[in-house]
Amino acid sequence: MNRIAWCVLALGIAALPARAQDSEVAKLREELKALQQRMLTLEKKLQEAETKPAAAQPSAQAGAEAGESAFNPGISAILNGVYANLQRDPGTYRINGFVPTMGDVGPGRRGASLGESELGLSANVDPMFRGTLIAAIAPDNNRIEVEEGYVQTLGLSNGVSLKAGRFFSELGYQNRIHAHAWDFTDAPLAMKAFLGGQLAEDGVQLKWIAPTELYIDAGLELGRGRAFPASDPGKNGFGSTNLFTHAGGDIGESLAWQAGLSLYATSPRSRTYGDTDSLGTAVTNSFTGSSRTWTLSGVLKWAPEGNSTNNNLKLQGEYFRRRESGSLTYDTTAASLGTMTGSYGSRQSGWYAQAVYQFMPMWRAGYRYDTLSSGTTTLGLVDSGALPAANFPILGAYNPKRQTFMVDWSPSEFSRVRLQLARDYSRMGLPDNQVFLQYIMSLGAHGAHTF
Amino acid sequence: MKKLLFLAALVLSAAALPARANLNVFACEPEWASLAREIGGDRVSVYAATTARQDPHHIEARPSLIARVRTADLVLCSGSDLEIGWLPLLLTQSGNARVQRGTPGYLEAAQLVARLEVPKSVDRAQGDVHPAGNPHIQFDPRNILKVADALTARMTELDRANAALYAARAADFTRRWDAAVLRWQQRGAALKDVPVVVHHKAFSYLIAWLGMREVGSLEPLPGIPPSTAHLAELVDQMKRAPARMILYSSYDDPRAAQFLSQHSGPPAVMLPFTVGGSDKAKDLFGFFDDLLDRLLAAGK
Repeated sequence: MNRIAWCVLALGIAALPARAQDSEVAKLREELKALQQRMLTLEKKLQEAETKPAAAQPSAQAGAEAGESAFNPGISAILNGVYANLQRDPGTYRINGFVPTMGDVGPGRRGASLGESELGLSANVDPMFRGTLIAAIAPDNNRIEVEEGYVQTLGLSNGVSLKAGRFFSELGYQNRIHAHAWDFTDAPLAMKAFLGGQLAEDGVQLKWIAPTELYIDAGLELGRGRAFPASDPGKNGFGSTNLFTHAGGDIGESLAWQAGLSLYATSPRSRTYGDTDSLGTAVTNSFTGSSRTWTLSGVLKWAPEGNSTNNNLKLQGEYFRRRESGSLTYDTTAASLGTMTGSYGSRQSGWYAQAVYQFMPMWRAGYRYDTLSSGTTTLGLVDSGALPAANFPILGAYNPKRQTFMVDWSPSEFSRVRLQLARDYSRMGLPDNQVFLQYIMSLGAHGAHTF
Repeated sequence: MKKLLFLAALVLSAAALPARANLNVFACEPEWASLAREIGGDRVSVYAATTARQDPHHIEARPSLIARVRTADLVLCSGSDLEIGWLPLLLTQSGNARVQRGTPGYLEAAQLVARLEVPKSVDRAQGDVHPAGNPHIQFDPRNILKVADALTARMTELDRANAALYAARAADFTRRWDAAVLRWQQRGAALKDVPVVVHHKAFSYLIAWLGMREVGSLEPLPGIPPSTAHLAELVDQMKRAPARMILYSSYDDPRAAQFLSQHSGPPAVMLPFTVGGSDKAKDLFGFFDDLLDRLLAAGK
């Protein structure tokens, strides 16, 4: 624009009628003429540049993205806060009928608390690998925990991919989804009882996808056995094995489904848990033997013509079945009646089913039903008469149940505010009314729309 | 378990046998599927991941999509972050090295054209903005031709045996397309300077191509659904400076556009978002024919 103004100015002056034959004026005019010429040339060049084929532009646009920071990984942060109103002291939380997992399964704190904040980094390493690191920062004990940190292959073909590091096991449906993307504030009871909340293994995962229109995969995970139901055996080799397979597809335009089956096997050694004896003294018991967990999962999603903007429905359910056999050592620290060992066997199961419906843009409502069956537990020490069953109160037969309602509001796909009400019968004879008000917000890199 | 796996493998290998076309194309959107069919004819097997009734921003990485990427030879998408929520996941999950970013089997259409609305700075407070510019490039027919050129080159690279066929079909398509663009431009001349309100910033390329003027959008910010407060503001704005039509796409909820139409006068016009978005939009030619038909009918 400036150039055009200059040009006009130059032209204007050049057009001034010659008033005198003054040599200086003539000289000035010559200079102006030269200037005018230069302006015209420049303008022509400018025009040429502007009318150049548009194909030249994208490269210029793409070039703008280059630079040192262009290789920064995708960074994301999840902010999460909860206000909880719990009828029962969360410190006394237990799931009666089931071996305590010693994991983080309680309903959290009373009152307002900052939930786990999550930091994620991910990027392609090179044409062959992609790397992901997701750290959870627990607010109160100043602890940073690696939730997931793995590399996976991009470069293998024929549907094969390999993952190594720490990752959420492909065990059921919800286990491999990060908590901030769950449809309810907390995990299903079955995940709490059978997986200690959420199971992440250190190890490798090999997965193969069939070359068919129907989605079918099959895979194998070999892990150290770092967490419940394993016991971190501290030996060479692998401490846990997980075999899994999924199938999935679309039914017409409006329905999509996925079903999964997995078998997780491990041999815990001295897996300890806390209980109280018949007199109320705290004791530590430990289990050594084998543990096998079958999981069957199913997800069905509906959206009219596949357009989920206004209304959509998600149905989800999982069934867990665990068999453990081996030996149970009572009171390993000899705090009560003294250390004793006997046989142990249990067959237990549990399931949940939930439905979440988006009834208008931004608003969803959901209901979840949880139930567990403590099944049969045989204790050699009790059967032989060495100890009365009252010394194993937590293992007493009981079928925990829970009903949960939630409604959430998501002004954008990056923010969500949720109200959840639950009546939790995890503790025998002590129903717990729970109210959660939660926000979940995500910053930075765009989250993945996992099915 | 072993027996089960063996059985599954047996069933799978049988299912995997059906004869394949020369080139499997996975198109993220129907317009690119249509274009691949124009150039590839019966030598390509084309799968469209989305329909004109779906918002391509909000697709999940469904198992059916992973299965299709698994067997694809070419992944053809709009790019410019339109599919950022699901395409990266499909690629990493697929176990298919041939279609990863940077390989010949991966092509982003938006990279090939001059993009509009490239923001100077990005902040989610501005809504769901696309750092690389507006991705809905299919609304300018001149863009289609640029993508056709690159697609032909890519298909030739991936499937040399059919190079001559692709070249011939591409030449034929270009000839027909050039003629059609002239026709559309002549018809569209009547739409120059027509002020329009849009639902989402989906039509920017159409508006720029036909020289229309966008004077407002039903979404207060890109990707944020219309609110009653914002619609009331628009009603006021329409009183001062009326628009001639309110445009919404085949995947938008029509209620916001209809509300504004009832309260301020200009007609609400549904435009097919892409191929398949209306009865007439059966292919790319029908798509633009129908766009012009609908705009001209509303502009009368």
